[in-house]
Amino acid sequence: MAETRMELFVRPIFKRNPIALLVLGICSSLAVTGQMTTAFVMSVCVTLVVAFSSLIISIVRFQIPGSVRIGIQITVIATLVILVDQILKAYYFELSKQLSVYVGLIITNCIVMGRAEGYAMSNPPISSFIDGIGNGLGYGVILMAVAFVRELLGAGTLFGFEVLPLTSNGGWYVRNGLLVLPASAFFLIALLIWFLRSIDPDQQEKS
Amino acid sequence: MKPLSKIFEDAGRYFEKGGRFEQYYPLYEAFDSFLFGSNQTTNTAPHVRDSIDLKRIMTTVIIALLPCVLMAMWNTGYQANSALQLMGLSGPDGWRGTLMAFVGCDPESLFANFFHGALYFLPVYFVTLVVGSLWEGLFNLIRGHEFSEAFLVTSLLFTLTLPPSIPLWQVAIGISFGVIFAKEVFGGVGRNFMNPALVSRAFIFFAYPAQMSGDQVWTAVDGISGATALSQFAGAGPGGLMDSVSVTWLQSFLGTVPGSMGETSTLACLFGAFILLITGIASWRIMLSMLLGGLICSSFFWLQGSGVNPMYNIPPHWHLVVGGFAFGLVFMATDPVSAAHTPMGQWLFGLLVGGLAILIRVANPAYAEGVMLAILLGNVFAPLFDYFAIQANIKRRRLRHG
Repeated sequence: MAETRMELFVRPIFKRNPIALLVLGICSSLAVTGQMTTAFVMSVCVTLVVAFSSLIISIVRFQIPGSVRIGIQITVIATLVILVDQILKAYYFELSKQLSVYVGLIITNCIVMGRAEGYAMSNPPISSFIDGIGNGLGYGVILMAVAFVRELLGAGTLFGFEVLPLTSNGGWYVRNGLLVLPASAFFLIALLIWFLRSIDPDQQEKS
Repeated sequence: MKPLSKIFEDAGRYFEKGGRFEQYYPLYEAFDSFLFGSNQTTNTAPHVRDSIDLKRIMTTVIIALLPCVLMAMWNTGYQANSALQLMGLSGPDGWRGTLMAFVGCDPESLFANFFHGALYFLPVYFVTLVVGSLWEGLFNLIRGHEFSEAFLVTSLLFTLTLPPSIPLWQVAIGISFGVIFAKEVFGGVGRNFMNPALVSRAFIFFAYPAQMSGDQVWTAVDGISGATALSQFAGAGPGGLMDSVSVTWLQSFLGTVPGSMGETSTLACLFGAFILLITGIASWRIMLSMLLGGLICSSFFWLQGSGVNPMYNIPPHWHLVVGGFAFGLVFMATDPVSAAHTPMGQWLFGLLVGGLAILIRVANPAYAEGVMLAILLGNVFAPLFDYFAIQANIKRRRLRHG
C-alpha cells in the first residue's frame, strides 16, 4: 500500500523512528549527544546526506546493476559525506573539530544505507527524497532529546548557555558525571524507546 | 496478636479477587506476610519438605549482616570522634551537634561512638529504604507482583557500601537508579542480572565522583583527610611502601580505619560469612574461588614487583583486608540471583571476580578500588559461565550414553 507524501514525511519521526524502532545509528547517537550544539549539527548533516543520497540513488536506480549496487550506493553516500565534511571544515571549523571523525563516519551510519537499500532503490525520486528528510528528522529528534538531558543534567547548560548554575561556579547544581560519559546515552535511548512503545503499542515486538 | 490477626483476616476479603481493593492486593500481602506466617500449604506435587523460603533466606542474610552494621555504626562514630578530638572541637556542626552534646564526643566511649555513627548511618539507611520501597511498590502495584523481603537486604548492603559523608539526595538518586535499571526493568525480584545495591553504588561512583572517592569523604567530619589504606598505598613513593601507610594490618582486619561505612572490618565480614556458610545460603565455592582468584592475582603482582607502580608491591595478605574485598566476597559476589548457578560456573565466576578486583586495584591508576566493578563485570559473565558448564555436561552425557 503506497503511503502519501505526508505520511512518508511524518511517520519516520515517531511511528517508525530509525533509532527507536529500527535501532539503527546508535553509534553516533552515543558519541555526539554530549552537547546540544554538536547534536544539532550532526542531525542537520545526517538529514542532508540521507535526503540527497536517497534522491540521487533513486534517480539512477534503473542504471544500477543488482550485483554491484552496494558499492555504487556507498560511492554516492561517501561523496555526499565528504562534501558535507569539507563545507563544515571551511565555514564552521570549531564545530567540525568537536564532531571530529563522526561527520566522516556518517558513511557508515546504518540509517543512510538502510534508506538507500530499503527505500530509494525501489521508489521514485521525490518520494525517496521526502522519506530521507523524514528519517533524518526522526534521527534528529532522538539525538536532540538525548542531548537535552545529557547537557542539561551533565553540564548544567543548553546550547552552551548556563541554565542550572554549577556548584563549581558558586551555584547550587552538582553536575552528574555519568551523563557526561557517552555510555549514559544507552540508558536515555532505552527510556525513550520504552516511552514510545508505551504510547504506541504497535511498535512492540510480538512475543 | 490474636485481635490484630483477626483484623487482617477480615480486611483480607476486600483485597482478594473481586474485592473492592483488588489492585492493592500486593500491598496487603506484604504487610500480612511480614507480620504473620502463611497458613497456605501446597496441595499439588511436588512437595518440598523444607521450610526455607525467600523470606527466611533474606532474614538470614540480614542477621549475617548485623555484625557489619554494628561495626559500621561504631567505626563511623569512632573515626568522627577521633577526628574531632584531633581538631580540638567539642562536637560536630548542625543538628548532629545538638544531639551529640548530650553524650559528648569521646572516642574512648563506646556509646558516644555508637551514637555518633548511628546519626550518619541511620539517615542514609532510612532514605534508601523509603525511596527504594516507593519505586518497588509502584512497580509491584502496576504489575501485581507480591512484595519481597529482597529489598531489605539490598537497602542494607547499599547503605553499608557508602561513605558516611554522602549527601542524602545522592543516596536517593542512586538507589532509584539501581532499583529501576538493575532490577525492575528486567522483571523485578529474582530477575536482576546485576546486583542492584552495587549498581546503585556504581551510579553514584560515576555520577558524583567527588562525593564517592578521594581522601575527603571517608571520615564524617568536614575538612579531615582520612585517606584509606588503598589510597595511601597508591600515593606511596618507591621503596618505603609500608612506611607510607598509617594503619597496621591488624587495624585493617578489625576495621578501625576510615572507609565506606560497613566494609572496613574484615572480622565482621567473617562472622557474616560463618552464618551464611553454616546455613548454606551463600555458595562456599564462590567465596573460596574468589579468595583464590584474589590471592593468585595479587601474588603474581607482588612477586613481579614494580619500581614505578607502588600498588604492585602490596603483599597478598594486605589485599584481603583493605578496601571492600572481604565485604564484596562475602555479601556481594554470593548474591544467589546475579552470581553463577552451576558449580563449575561458580568456580569460574569467583576466580574471575577475585582476579579482576585485584587487577583493577593494582594495574588501573584511575580507580584505587576495583571490587565493585569486578563483581558487576562478573555478574555480566555469570550466565555465560553457566551456559558453558551446562553445554559441557550435555556433551559429556551424550558421549557416555550415546
